[in-house]
Amino acid sequence: MNKGLKNCKKDFPLLSRQVNHQPLVYLDNAATTQKPQAVIQRIVDFYQQSNANVHRSVNTLSLQATEQYEQARSKVQHWIKAAKPQEIIFTRGATEAVNFIASTYGADHIQAQDEIVVTVAEHHSNLVPWQQLAKACGAQLKYIKVDAQGHLDLQDAAQKITARTKIVACTQVSNVLGTIFPLKQIAALAHQQGAIVIGDGSQAVPVMAVNVQDLDVDFYVFSGHKMLGPSGIGVLYGKEALLQALTPYQYGGEMINEVDWEDSTFSELPSRLEAGTPNIEGAIGLGAAIDYLDQLSIRAVTQYEQKLMQYLLPQLQALDDVQLLGSEDWTQRTGIVSLNLGNIHPHDVATVLDFQGIEVRAGHHCAQPLMRFFNVTATVRASFYIYNTKEDIDRFVAALKMAKEFFEQ
Amino acid sequence: MISNELSQLYREMILDHANHPHHKGALAHYTDQAHLQNTTCGDDLTVQVDISPQKVIEKVAYTGSGCTISQASASMMTDAIQGQTLAVAAQAAKSFSDMALGKPVAAADLATLQDAKILSNIMQFPTRIKCATLAWWALQNILARYNF
Repeated sequence: MNKGLKNCKKDFPLLSRQVNHQPLVYLDNAATTQKPQAVIQRIVDFYQQSNANVHRSVNTLSLQATEQYEQARSKVQHWIKAAKPQEIIFTRGATEAVNFIASTYGADHIQAQDEIVVTVAEHHSNLVPWQQLAKACGAQLKYIKVDAQGHLDLQDAAQKITARTKIVACTQVSNVLGTIFPLKQIAALAHQQGAIVIGDGSQAVPVMAVNVQDLDVDFYVFSGHKMLGPSGIGVLYGKEALLQALTPYQYGGEMINEVDWEDSTFSELPSRLEAGTPNIEGAIGLGAAIDYLDQLSIRAVTQYEQKLMQYLLPQLQALDDVQLLGSEDWTQRTGIVSLNLGNIHPHDVATVLDFQGIEVRAGHHCAQPLMRFFNVTATVRASFYIYNTKEDIDRFVAALKMAKEFFEQ
Repeated sequence: MISNELSQLYREMILDHANHPHHKGALAHYTDQAHLQNTTCGDDLTVQVDISPQKVIEKVAYTGSGCTISQASASMMTDAIQGQTLAVAAQAAKSFSDMALGKPVAAADLATLQDAKILSNIMQFPTRIKCATLAWWALQNILARYNF
């Protein structure tokens, strides 16, 4: 079903506001997306009509809340094509999901002399947990390189992933470059060497069709708030056998079977790995976000982003003295653009844009090693999503020209 | 079209300090240095000072990279404190910090800030206050070692 992307901006109440007395152009979608009325209303409805704790009581209200919470899990399952609903564990976000795996599977399996392999383009959330685990266990952390355009170097990957490698952590889309990485090939390389692979789908799930079984990833993480859902809800996908074998990440209510004086037994998946009252309304809100995206069709979302990029790229390339990071092949990237304008500091560029009501991010984008790799201290990042239009791009480009004019006068 | 706000934030004197910074570079001899980063945007600043036994800042210089506001502020800061006693520098740092927080600052204290007092308008731009205060934080970091 395709509702049509064209007029979806009106579904997002916040987008009608002004910033600095100018109509808002929101271009910080890689940081977080805005929320459609359908998601906002779904959360309000839950609070007004169904709020109760889940998996607790025999009362009707709790049963309804539980049904809605578990429906959200099924929606996530189908969205990423997982085999079973119990392979979906709700977390606070992608960061918590990576920490979850690092401190359970990682701590149980990594020993001195083992290797953990990541890419130079990882977000700090899929890097620092592995770096600290390697440090604590005396393991070696290795980085797969990217080429000058930000494509992952598969030859380098084949060299870095060895028989000593136990874990490979790789993003599917770079949050700085927008470049799509060959996660499926990385998973194959990891499996050839007997390692497991963790895919970071934070920038992929919002914009492209994801099939975790086809990718053959062992674990996969993403956040709800980058795909129209609320903050504080994220997903850890894991193959059932791997999740079954995990030591629980946290202990407490909901995850136990029987608690005796000396020891306890734990419940089945998924609740075994979801201690305490979960973010019920967050999960339900994420389910509503998936429904919204499904109505538009995820393929239409991918195509729309590429169309925006095809319109934007030539205009950016036509600017004098602009450094554009990332792939020149628009089929290999999503709606994220990182750039530098001559010697003007990204923070100054972002301020000029902000005065025009255009919200972008300036900085290192939680990817300092990648910044170092490209020998830049920071970039301006504009990230586009379904509600951005050609008019937004026109205003963005005009404001960049104005920044150049102002600082290079 | 250049907006009013833009010219308000980036006054000519600020652009001038950023484009032609004073005391930028490393000192051959220094007694103290402080290295600070603004983690949100990647600004990176090292301030070096040569403090005499009489507790006078004989020389000051800075290195690093950052936005117009942080670079201009560092340049202005070095102008204000070079040749001053630690006590005077500490008073200047306090005045600047008060100014950035929007607290009232006496006219005489503002005068000791020299060009840096122009950054009082930074208050109107809350997203950029950190940029302006980075150099002064580095100075306060050094002064704290002398119990100021």
